[in-house]
Formats: sequence, C-alpha cells, structure tokens
Amino acid sequence: MNFVVPDFYPAAAEIFVAVMALAIMLATTFARRIATALAYGLTQVTLMIAAVITLFSADASTALTFSNMYISDLMGSLLKLMIYFAVAVGLLYGRSYLADRKMDRPEYFLLALLMTLGMMVMVSANHMLSMYIGLELMSLSLYAMVAFDRESVRSTEAAMKYFVLGALASGMLLYGMSMIYGATGSMEFSGITQALYHQAGNQTVLLFGVVFLMAGLAFKLGVVPFHMWVPDVYHGAPTAVTLMIATAPKLAAFAMTMRLLVFGLFELAQHWQSMLMFLAVLSIVLGNVAAIAQTNIKRMLAYSGISHMGFMLLALLSGVVEGDRHFALNAYSSAMFYAISYVIMGLASFGMVILLSRAGFEAERIDDFKGLNKRSSWFAAMMMIVMFSMAGIPFFIGFFAKFAVLQAVVAAGYIWLAVLAVLMSLIGAYYYLRVVKLMYFDEPEDTAPIHAPADVRLILSVNGLAIAFLGLLPQGLMSLCASALIASF
Amino acid sequence: MEQLLQPVAQLFGPLWPLVWTLVKIVAIIAPLMICVAYLTYAERKVIGYMQVRIGPNRVGPIGLLQPMADGMKLLFKEIIVPSGANKGLFILGPIFALAPALVAWAVIPFGEGMVVADLNAGLLFLLAVASLEVYGVIIAGWASNSKYPFLGAMRASAQMISYEVAMGFALICVLLISASLNLTDIVMSQGKGMFHDMGLSFLSWNWLPLLPMFVVFVISGIAETNRAPFDVVEGEAEIVAGHMVEYSGMAFALFFLGEYANMILVSAMTSILFLGGWLSPVGFLPDGFHWFALKTAFILFLFLWARATFPRFRYDHIMRLGWKVFIPITLVWVIVVAVWMMTPLSIWR
Amino acid sequence: MEFKTFVFYVMAAILVFAAVRVVTARNPVHAALFLVLSFFSASGIWLLLEAEFLAITLVLVYVGAVMVLFLFVVMMLDINIERMRQGFWSNLPVGALVGILLVVQMALVLGGRYFGVEAMPAPPAASETYSNTREIGRLLYTEYVYPFELASLVLLVAMVAAVTLTLRKRKDARHLNPAEQIAVRREDRVRLVSMPAEKDQQP
Repeated sequence: MNFVVPDFYPAAAEIFVAVMALAIMLATTFARRIATALAYGLTQVTLMIAAVITLFSADASTALTFSNMYISDLMGSLLKLMIYFAVAVGLLYGRSYLADRKMDRPEYFLLALLMTLGMMVMVSANHMLSMYIGLELMSLSLYAMVAFDRESVRSTEAAMKYFVLGALASGMLLYGMSMIYGATGSMEFSGITQALYHQAGNQTVLLFGVVFLMAGLAFKLGVVPFHMWVPDVYHGAPTAVTLMIATAPKLAAFAMTMRLLVFGLFELAQHWQSMLMFLAVLSIVLGNVAAIAQTNIKRMLAYSGISHMGFMLLALLSGVVEGDRHFALNAYSSAMFYAISYVIMGLASFGMVILLSRAGFEAERIDDFKGLNKRSSWFAAMMMIVMFSMAGIPFFIGFFAKFAVLQAVVAAGYIWLAVLAVLMSLIGAYYYLRVVKLMYFDEPEDTAPIHAPADVRLILSVNGLAIAFLGLLPQGLMSLCASALIASF
Repeated sequence: MEQLLQPVAQLFGPLWPLVWTLVKIVAIIAPLMICVAYLTYAERKVIGYMQVRIGPNRVGPIGLLQPMADGMKLLFKEIIVPSGANKGLFILGPIFALAPALVAWAVIPFGEGMVVADLNAGLLFLLAVASLEVYGVIIAGWASNSKYPFLGAMRASAQMISYEVAMGFALICVLLISASLNLTDIVMSQGKGMFHDMGLSFLSWNWLPLLPMFVVFVISGIAETNRAPFDVVEGEAEIVAGHMVEYSGMAFALFFLGEYANMILVSAMTSILFLGGWLSPVGFLPDGFHWFALKTAFILFLFLWARATFPRFRYDHIMRLGWKVFIPITLVWVIVVAVWMMTPLSIWR
Repeated sequence: MEFKTFVFYVMAAILVFAAVRVVTARNPVHAALFLVLSFFSASGIWLLLEAEFLAITLVLVYVGAVMVLFLFVVMMLDINIERMRQGFWSNLPVGALVGILLVVQMALVLGGRYFGVEAMPAPPAASETYSNTREIGRLLYTEYVYPFELASLVLLVAMVAAVTLTLRKRKDARHLNPAEQIAVRREDRVRLVSMPAEKDQQP
C-alpha cells in the first residue's frame, strides 16, 4: 500500500492528446453540420499544442513516471516531434483526397489522433506492457483507417489482411515478451537489462523469447520475410491512409526496436544482431529487386519502403562488435537519422500520388506520372527531388542517410554487407530514375490540370525543398539525433 | 446442532462434508420448489383480484391444490421431440433454463450465517450465474428448428445482454458503498447510519440513497426474467410462445419452473442488495429470516402487479430503454456515488 | 492423490476434450457450445488456483456476454460445413506433420527443464484475509493505472471503428422520431395563402 500519485508532468503531451481525442469525439457528436471541419481543425490544433508541450518539456534529463512504465527522454521527444509533424502533414495532404471520395467523416481524424497517441506511448514506453498497449492502440486505429472506404472491396480486403497478420504478429510479440518476462522476472526494460547483466534467466528461454520478439518486430517494421502484408496493404488502402501507414508508424517501429532491443536486451546484442542481419540482407535484396517489376506506384513505394527499412536495420545491427560498444551511439544515431529522413521522403512521395489523384481517378500507375513536366514543371521537379533522394543520389537527404548507415556498417567491420547494400542501392536507383524519365521524356497520357488546395501545394513544395535543403545541410539533423541518443543513454 | 450431528458425521466418515452439503442443498431446493409452485397460484389469484375475478378456486380449499394438479398434469404428458430438432440440445435447453436459477441460491444468505457458500466474491458469482440464464432460451430456440422459437431466442439474447449491463452498473453502486462483494457484508453494511441510530433502520438501507439504482435494478430484473411487460421473448401475440413453442409436458414445465425460480431469485437479490436482507425495518423488532421472506414477497408482488398493469412493450422500445436510458443513467450514477463518497457529505463512513 | 489434484485432472480432461470438440464438431453451434464448456472448465481450474475473481469474471464476460453474441451470430449464419470441409482429408497429413513437428520442437526446447515444476517453485500460500479481488483492484488503479487507462482507449478505438465502419442510414426503414413529431409547428404543415379575389367571373 505504498502508492504515490505518479508525476503527470512528463506525460503531459500524452494526457493532452488523450483528453483532446475524447473532446473531439464529443464535440463532433453535438455539432454534426460542421463535424468534419471541426474534427480536422481541432486535430491539427491538438497536434500543434502537443508539439509545443513536448518541445518545452524536453530536456537532457531522463524522467520516469507511472511506476516506471513511462520514460521521457530526448530520443523520445525528438521522435514524438517528428510523429506530430508526419501525422499533421499526412492529414493535410489527405484531406481533399478523402473529401473527393466522401470519406472525410470526423471519425477519420479521431482515429488518426488516437493512432498518434498510440505511437507516443510506444515511443515513451519503458515497460513491455505499455509498449504492447501503445502498439495495439496504433495498429487498431490503422486497421480501421485502412478499411475506411467501406464501399471498396480492395480496401476491405487489405484491412482484413492487415488485421489478421497484425494480430498474429502481436501474438508472437506477446509470446516473446512473456518468455523474456519468465526468464528475467521483469517487464521493465531497465530491470531486464539488470537481470541479464547478472546472468539471470535461462539462456535457452531468453533466446526463444528474442526469436519471437524479433518476428513480431519484423512484421511491424515490414521487413522480409514478414513483409507479405506491405504491398497489398499499401495498394489496397486509400492513398491518404497509405501515406499514414508509410510514415509515422515507421518512427514508432524504430522506437519500439530501440526500446526493446537496445534499452532492454542490450546484453543479448550479439544474438539479435545476427537475426537483424538476416532480416536486413533479405529486405534490401528483395525490396529492391521486386520494386523493379511493379507498375503500380503504391506497390513500388511499398517495396522501396521494405528496402529502406532493411537499410535502417543495417545501422542497428552494427552497434556492438564482439563486445565492443564504442560504435553503438554512432550506429544508432545513424539509424534514427535514416528513419527520420525516410519519413520526410515518404510524406513527399505519397503526397505527390495524392496530388495527381482527383475525384474518381487514382494516380496509382507509374504511367500516370508520364509527362508530368509538361503539366506542372514545378511538381515534376519536386517528384524528381524525392526520387533522387530515395535513390541515394548526392546531395539529397537520402544520400546522407545511406552514407551514415554505410559508415556505421563499415566501422563495425562488415565490409561485405556495405558492398551488398551499395550494389542493391544501384539496382534500386533504376526504378526511381525510371519515374524521373517518365516525367521528363514521355508524353502525358492524362492531361487534366492538377488541382489541389493551396495549402497542399504549399506544404508539398516545402516538403520537397526540405529534402533538398536537408541534403545540403544535414549536419543539424544528424547532430540532433546524436545528441538525443547521447542524452538518452 | 454440532453435537447432535456428531454421530451421523461419524457414520459417513470422510464423505461427511459432501453429504452435509447435499443436505443443505436439498434443504434449500425443496422449499424453493414449493414456493415456485405457490407463486404460480399467487400470480393467478393476485391478477384475478386485480381484474375483479376470483382466480382458481375449484381444486382444494380456495384452490390451494391447483399448483399440484397442474404439476401432475404436466408430469404425465408426453414430451414430444420435433423430428427436425436437434435432440440432445432440445432436451438440454430446459435444463439450462432451470439450473442457473437454482445454482445462484448457493450464495444467498437467508440470515446471518445461514448460507451454503459464504463466497468472498458472492455478488460477482450472482452476476455470472444470472448471465447464464439466457443459454436455456437460446439453446431451446435454436434446437427446436422452427422459426418462432428462433425469433424468441434472438430476442432473448439481445434483451438479456442489454439489461445485464444496466444491472451490473447498479450492482457496482451497491458494491462501492458497501466496499465488499460478500453478500453477508453487503447486508450488514446497510444496518448502520444516522437513521439506524434513530431506530428507523429501513431509511438506512441502500434503496434510499441509491433510489435511481433501486428502480433501475427492479425494472432490469423484470426484463432479465422476461416477465411482462418485457415478455416479448414469448410474445404470444406475435411469436406464439417464443422458445417454448415446441415443448410439451415436463420439458415445458422446466421452463416454467425456471422462470418463476428466477423471479424469486431476482426478488431475493433485490431484498438483499437494496432492502437490507434479514434486517428489521425498525429498531424495536428483532432481525430474522422472516423479514427477508417478507421483503422478497413484496418484490414478487411488484412483479405480479406490473404484469397486471402494463401492456407489453414494443421490441425496439425495450432496446431503447435499455441502451439509451438505463445504461447512461447507471453510468452517471456510478460516478455520482463515487464522487459523493469522496466528499465530506458522504454518509457511508 | 490429493482431492484437489483429482479435481484438477477432471477439469483439465473436460477442458481438453471440449477444446478438441470445438475444432472437430460438425455443427458450428455445437462448436460454440463446446467453447462455452471449455471456458467453464478453465474457470474451474482458476478457482483451484485461488484466483476467484478471474475465474468468475471469465464466466461473466466470456460465457455470459461474448459467447452469447457469438452464438447469436453463428446461429444466424448459414455455414455450409460440407463445403468448409472440402480438402480436409487431403490437407490433414501435411497439417498434422507440421503440428507434430512444432509440438516436438517446443517440447525439446522448453521441456520440463526450463518451465517445469522444479524451475518454477510454487508461490507462498496467501494469508486468510487475502482477497484477490481487492488486490487486483488495487494494482489496476495504482501501479498499472497507465496501461489500464490506455487499454480503455484501445476499446474506444474498437468502438469508434465498429460504428464508423458499419453504421449506415437505412433508406427503407420508416423510422418515426417522437421528438420531431411533437416539435411540429403549424407552419410546417399548413401554409395559408391569401389570394386576391378574381374580378371577372366566367359565366
């Protein structure tokens, strides 16, 4: 009975978002006429205020609260800020798309906000229970959002696939967690680390747990061999939702991987690193090769996403070399930089797909990008920037992300891995550059003028320019990632 | 008592606890069955007088042997199993309808210490058993392989689940103020307070401070037992007799017994949770089992009264009452009570 | 053998039997009812473990509410068992092989060595006054309040998702809203038109 009321201050942003989600739900019930606009506006305002709260409560010290289930540190704050940004931009891009297809019901924004909350909880989890519940909150909202176009058979099917496989992955994750809990007697990450440090727990049981944990994680990250859902779900979901799945959740998945593996199971690094290597190599190879064969841009981006996640794992697996932890910080910060830059690129790429779509027409085929230069040379240039960046062509942000990862891999001594990654990137460059070729050297099939609200045009342009700008001056973001991780360790 | 039973206990040896429990069970079930029988008689009489009729008066003095005659008749009738029915489940249905109504009596305290199983989580047990009652109806409705029973089963499952929620929330209020799930403790906690000290204990019972919950509980209780005006499950005007259409003889009688046993159970629950169980209403009279019986009989009378007074609800109105009126009211009241208990105005310290 | 052990084995046998029947029963309603039985037996085993709150809640929630709705749905569906069973026998050997392999692997790895009775000593017996309902309540609302509240949001998401994905206005239903009927004013129904009298009347 020695219970003290927890300190709510570190979790102020989460509490604020949760309260606002409930408030928005009630408000839209009573103001039916303006419900959608109200929900959208309030959601954006909520994300903005949450960003302010996170920004002001972020400092170099680490705070634990809610019986050590919640951790507030600089890494978490940085990731959360990126998540707010990604969700806000995603909602902005998607709004007219949804309105054109009569899907802009207020619940969409409510679900998006609850998904954000789930991701925030994951990012700040210091306990397997809060991690799992955050994950479920995020995933359930996403399942519902994928099925949001209830008239469409394809989107319902995608939601079903996503849901069934996601539930399976959650089950595996839970099973792994229970094994680790059984072996170490703790569900708190620091407690697990301590128990492992003292050689507690049976090695077999622990490894068994780690295998299941990795399977669950791999599914959520969408890496080979647990990638089957990615292309189908990206393809089947309404593009606005695909945009949501492809961006912010990747940050949350990165945070989950960091918290579970690095903060929790660091002592077992040599085991999970070899598993990660397997996943990473397969993902990079399969993602890049399969993307070439795609004619649908959403599927192509899905496979490209798989390969990008594989690339990110490369950095995570080069943290510890034969017990030497000197490279760990550098490796993890380059992984974080990679994740963040992927999200920025993902936002812009799916934003372009949405921009070209209009009521009754989905710009899903790669051929829909033909001759974009003739229709709008400005957005063709933006798309070119995104594609160049994703391909890893200097000097865009994607280049530096890849460069940092390769540096970490080489420093860890995996030369062959770096060579393979570079080779696969070259193969990948083919399909990115194909899009650029279609835009500039082919005649347009579809000559309808591009119509999009001014705010989408503006933010999309800013997004594209940001990729170029951060490519010229990547140091700021890189050092931010590095200092966030230094403060969090 | 202990000494008296000693020689008998030695006779049975290690089996004695089992035998003793069986004896206790029989001691409850047998009078209960008689009560059920005479409840049917009471119902016909009460409704008769309310409708300015006399009711049964031919079999025995003032018709007192009528229930026995009815029972005999049903006992000797043939049980017909329809050819398309699922035989095993068809027989299981009525058994499922009666069994929960009897099982629940295990935790009902008739007086201080007069209870078969003094469970810590007695209230929870009651709720769990009450939630099983619907199975009899569903199984019977489905196994009959006929459309009216099936419609009855559908109605029953929707209706009972809806009202269970409201009932559960009403119980949460009770459990909040008595801080225990043990039914004996719940009764004892009603026997204190300002009015009790003044000798007017009946004003200290839960029904007054929880008046809305008391009303909700009694109405939900009527709905849970599928009694008029909530008897759309049987709804003889639309679906003949619902789940009981295909039943005859003793199988039908089991449904009947189950329904009335449930009524008695809900009344007993109401008197324990809201009307102070065996506690005496005024200070100068001693507590005892008779008070419990009287209170239960009073609630039973309310059931009959309601049946004689109100016309049957339309089905969508029943669902609306459950979901849109009772559940919001009870939800709010749970919060009201919780907040009330935390303020200095709390009367349960 | 202690009496408690005996009860445990009886319960466990019923549980396993019922669980097997859930999968093998030909009739979906029977399968659902066997699931009810297996929930019941599981609850009995929990009671033996002195977890009375969880045991009763299992019956209350799963048997009393979830399974009733489940039955409701199963009874409404027209499930063609014969069609579902097509290819059952041809796939059985492969399925059985995989299943057996999994079981053997798990048994080899986990065995009694790591999770057996020796590896997991029994917890100390609880005291007489220990109420596990109270303890669960205390933990849920103090130490685990954060995941507990978040879990409620997960349920909210499920609710919002279910409503928004399935609720649609029916056009064929003639729904009457009493409130609207009462709120009707004369102006809504009757319009008084004043027209000038016509001058020249036709003969």
